[in-house]
Amino acid sequence: MSVDIKINNALKKYGNNIIIPDLSIQVKKGEFFTLLGPSGCGKTTLLRMIAGFNTIEGGEFYFGDRLINNLNPSKRNIGMVFQNYAIFPHLSVRKNVEFGLKTRKLDPVEIKERTNKFLKLMHIEEYADRLPERLSGGQQQRVALARALVIEPDVLLMDEPLSNLDAKLRVEMRSVIKEIQNKLNITTIYVTHDQEEAMAVSDRIAVMKDGIIQQIGSPKELYQRPKNIFVATFIGKTNTLNKTIIKREDKYLVELSPNYLIENNSVKSEDSKILISVRPEDFIIVENGDGIKAIVNSVVFLGLMTHYFVTLETGENVEIIQESTLNDTYERNSHIILKLNTNKINYFMSDGIENITREM
Amino acid sequence: MKLFKKKKTPLEIWNYITISILILYIIFLIHPLFNILKASIFDADGNFSLVYFAKFFSQKYYFSTLMNSLKVSIVTMIFSLLIGIPLAYFFNIFQMKGKRILEILIILCSMAAPFIGAYAWILLLGRQGLITKILETLFPITVPTIYGFNGIVLVLVTRLFPLVFLYVSGALKSIDNSLLEASENLGCSGYKRFFKVVFPLCMPSILAAGLLVFMRAMADFGTPLLIGEGYRTFPVEIYNQYVGETSINHNFAAAISVVAILITAVVFYLQKFISKYYRFTINSLHSIEAKPVKGIKSFLVHFYAYFLVFISLLPQIYLFYMSFRKTSSSGSVFEKGFSLDSYRIAFKKMSSAIPNTLIIGGLAVVIVVLLAILISYLVVRRTSLLNNTIDSISMIPYIIPGSVVGIALVITFNKGFLVLTGTALIMIISLIIRRMPYTIRSSAAILQQIPISVEEASISLGASKMKSFFKITVPMMKNGIISGAILSWITIITELSTSIILYTSHTITLTLSIYIFVTRGTEGPAAAMATILTAFTTISLLIFLKISDGNDMVM
Ligand SMILES: Nc1ncnc2c1ncn2[C@@H]1O[C@H](COP(=O)(O)OP(=O)(O)OP(=O)(O)O)[C@@H](O)[C@H]1O
Ligand SMILES: [Mg+2]
Repeated sequence: MSVDIKINNALKKYGNNIIIPDLSIQVKKGEFFTLLGPSGCGKTTLLRMIAGFNTIEGGEFYFGDRLINNLNPSKRNIGMVFQNYAIFPHLSVRKNVEFGLKTRKLDPVEIKERTNKFLKLMHIEEYADRLPERLSGGQQQRVALARALVIEPDVLLMDEPLSNLDAKLRVEMRSVIKEIQNKLNITTIYVTHDQEEAMAVSDRIAVMKDGIIQQIGSPKELYQRPKNIFVATFIGKTNTLNKTIIKREDKYLVELSPNYLIENNSVKSEDSKILISVRPEDFIIVENGDGIKAIVNSVVFLGLMTHYFVTLETGENVEIIQESTLNDTYERNSHIILKLNTNKINYFMSDGIENITREM
Repeated sequence: MKLFKKKKTPLEIWNYITISILILYIIFLIHPLFNILKASIFDADGNFSLVYFAKFFSQKYYFSTLMNSLKVSIVTMIFSLLIGIPLAYFFNIFQMKGKRILEILIILCSMAAPFIGAYAWILLLGRQGLITKILETLFPITVPTIYGFNGIVLVLVTRLFPLVFLYVSGALKSIDNSLLEASENLGCSGYKRFFKVVFPLCMPSILAAGLLVFMRAMADFGTPLLIGEGYRTFPVEIYNQYVGETSINHNFAAAISVVAILITAVVFYLQKFISKYYRFTINSLHSIEAKPVKGIKSFLVHFYAYFLVFISLLPQIYLFYMSFRKTSSSGSVFEKGFSLDSYRIAFKKMSSAIPNTLIIGGLAVVIVVLLAILISYLVVRRTSLLNNTIDSISMIPYIIPGSVVGIALVITFNKGFLVLTGTALIMIISLIIRRMPYTIRSSAAILQQIPISVEEASISLGASKMKSFFKITVPMMKNGIISGAILSWITIITELSTSIILYTSHTITLTLSIYIFVTRGTEGPAAAMATILTAFTTISLLIFLKISDGNDMVM
C-alpha cells in the first residue's frame, strides 16, 4: 500500500538544457503533497520522472526503500491522472476502470467487485456502460480518478487534473479529490500552478521556480512566513515596500511615513536596505491618530471583501482588502490613515532571497 | 555523493522494429535505386561511362521526350488549378444542390486509372470515335485530333483536377468565417475578396496540390502510351527503352530514370522551398458558411460543377454502356443489340485477373497498413535519428515515377541472392513501396491527434508498451486506418505503370487485363473489365466515405 517517496539530488536535462539542477524532496506516507510553481518551472517534468515517462539524468528516486530510477513505468504501481483525463475513448467507463486490474490478471470476481466499489465511490456507476465521449468533463475526470485508484497504487500522481474544468467544477472536484485521498490515505503528488487550489487540497506544498524548490511547507507557513519574496508574491497577494532601517534611541525602526515608524528587530544595523511584505488584509484603516496618510484611487466591491487601491503619502501604491461593512466604505479620492498589523509583516533582505523576520 | 552506474537502456521491441524496417527498406528500395544509378553510369562491361546521359541529352529525339513531359505536366497543372480552385471555392461558399453526390462524383473522377480514360476518349473522340462521327456528319468541320498533346492533357486534367479540389476545399474549410466577414466589413468583397483574402490563405494547399498534379502528370505512363501516338513522353520512353521494341537497353532506361528522378526531386524541393513563405496557422472556430445562390449565378455555378463532372466521368459512362453491347465472339467487333458476351469473354480469357487483383492488391494493402502503422508510430512517438531516417527513406517513392520503381526492382531481383522477377511477390513489393509515403503520412496525422497521455495512462496502469500500443493506440486509430487502407486499395487496384513492367501471364490483374484487351483490340471485354474496375472503385469509395466521415483524404 501507500509508501513514502524520497528524491535525492534529482537532475534533469533536455540536451544541454538543465531543467532541474539538483532537487531533493521527501513525501511522507499518505501525504497530499503539491508541486506549485509558474508555467515552465519543471513541475510536469519532475512528475513524469517519478512516473517513469521521463529519463532521469541524475539522483535517486525511492518509493519506500526501493530505488525506482530504472524501474519500468508499468511496474511502479502508480495511479496517474492526466490534465486531459486520457480516458480510453473506445472503451466503456467500466472497461476503463477495469483496465489496470485486467492487466494485473486478477480474478474476474475481484475485478468486478473492486470496479463496482470505485464506480460507486466516484458516483459514476450510472454511466458504467457508456462510452466516455458522452460524459461531461467532470464526469470524465471522475472516471480517470477511479481508474487510477482502483489498482490500489502505492502513489497517486496528478498533473493539473482540474485545469480543463470550469471554475465551479474545479472547486467541486478538488474537494472530491481531497476527500477520496483522505479516505484511502494514499501518498499523493499533485501538480498545479493555481495557488488557491494548492492551498485548498495540500498537506504540504513545494513552491518551485526554474527547477529549484523555493520552499516546502504547509499552506499556512507558506502564506504567513514565506521564505523569500518570490514565495511571498506567488502565494496570495502582497504589497512589497523598499525601506531603510533607521536607529533612534537604541531602537531599530522602519519608517513607513514621517509619523509612523514601526519597531523592527530583524536587522540591527543602521541604513540597511530591506524589503517588507504586507498582505492587503494587514493594513488597518483607522479614523484618526498616527499612521500612514493615503488617498483612495479606486474601490472594488466584491461582496465579502472590498478592495481599495490607494497611494501612500510616500508615493507607493498598495492594495488593501477589508471586510465589507454596511457603513464604513471609503469613496474614491477620500483621505484615509493606515496602520499595520505589525506581527504579520515579513521582512526580507533587499534582494528578496531571504526572510529575516524574527518573531517578537 | 554516490556514484551511479549508468545502466544501458535495454533494446526494447521498438528498436528491433526500427532495425527490421530499415533493413527491408535497404533491400527493397535503396539497393534497387542504387542499382539504377549504377546501371546509368556503368556500361555492360562494368566501366564507368556517361555515354547514356550523353546520348539522352545530345540526341534531340530523346531529349524532346523530356521537354514533352515537362510541357504536359505544366499545362496539366495549370489547367487543373484553373478548374479545381474555382470549383472548390463555389462548392464551399455556395449552397449547391446535391453537394454530397457532387463531392463523391468529383472524387470518383480522380480514381479511375487514367489510361482507361484515355482509351474511352479514343472511342469517343478518336478517328473512328462516336462523337467525332456525329459531329462530322452534322457539321462540315474536322474535329481537332485527340491524339497527342491535346488528348494527354484532356485525360490528365479530368483525372487530376479533383486533387486540387480536395486540397483547396480542405484549406477553405479551415478558414474562419469571421475572416471573410471582416474583409467584407473593410469593403473587400466578391472576386476582390477571393484574390486578396481567400487565395493567399489557400496558397499552401494550392502549392501542394500543384506539386501533386505535376508529379502525377509527369509520372503517368498509361495515358501517353495509349493516346500519345507520336507524342513521346518520358515515362513511355523509359518503358520503351526497357521493353526494347528494337533492343533491350537497361542502361539507357536507367539513365533516363535518373534524369526523371532528378527532375521530380527538384520540383519537390522547389515546392517545399516556396511553401515556406506561406506558412501560417489559422484557427477556425466557425468554418465558412455556404450562402444561398440564386438566378443566373446559381445556374452558372451548378452548370460549371456538373458539366465538369459529367465530362470527366464520360469515359466511365461510355465504357459501361459499351460493356453491355453485343459483340462478336472474339470480342473485337460490336454488333447491334445488348448482351453479356463481353463479360463472358473477359472472364474466359482472363479468368485469373479478378482473383489476382484481390490477392495481390489485398496482401499489398494489409502489409502497407501494418508497416505504415508501425512506421508512423516510430516517427511520431519515438523520434530518433534512425526513425527520422526511415521517415525520409519512406518518402523517396513519392518522387519516383512508377515505371522507374518497376525497372529498379527488375534489374535488382532478376539475379543474385534473391530472384523475384515473375512472381506475385515482386508486384506486391512494388505496390507497397509506392503506396507507403501516402499511408504513412495519413497514419502519422491520425496518431498526432491522439494525446500521448492516453498511452501513458495505459502503461501506468501496468500494461506493457506493446500491449498499450495494440490495445489502446491502434483501436483509437482504427477508423483512420481503415479509411487509409481503402484509399490505398483503390490506388493499388488502378495502378498500371509499375505492374506493367513486372507482370507475367500468371500475375495479370484487372488493370493489366484491360490494358491487354485494349492493345489487342478486343474492346468489348476491355469495356467489361473497366466497368468491373469502376464498380470496385466506386464501392470502395462509398465505404471509405462512410467510415472516414469528414476526415481528410491523403491522396
Ligand atoms: N521534451 C522536452 N524537450 C525539451 N524541453 C522540454 C521538454 N519538455 C519540457 N521541456 C522544458 O522544460 C521546462 C519545464 O517544463 P514543464 O512542462 O515541466 O513545465 P511545467 O512546470 O509543467 O509548466 P506548466 O505549468 O506550463 O505545465 C520548460 O522550459 C520546457 O520548455
Ligand atoms: Mg505542466
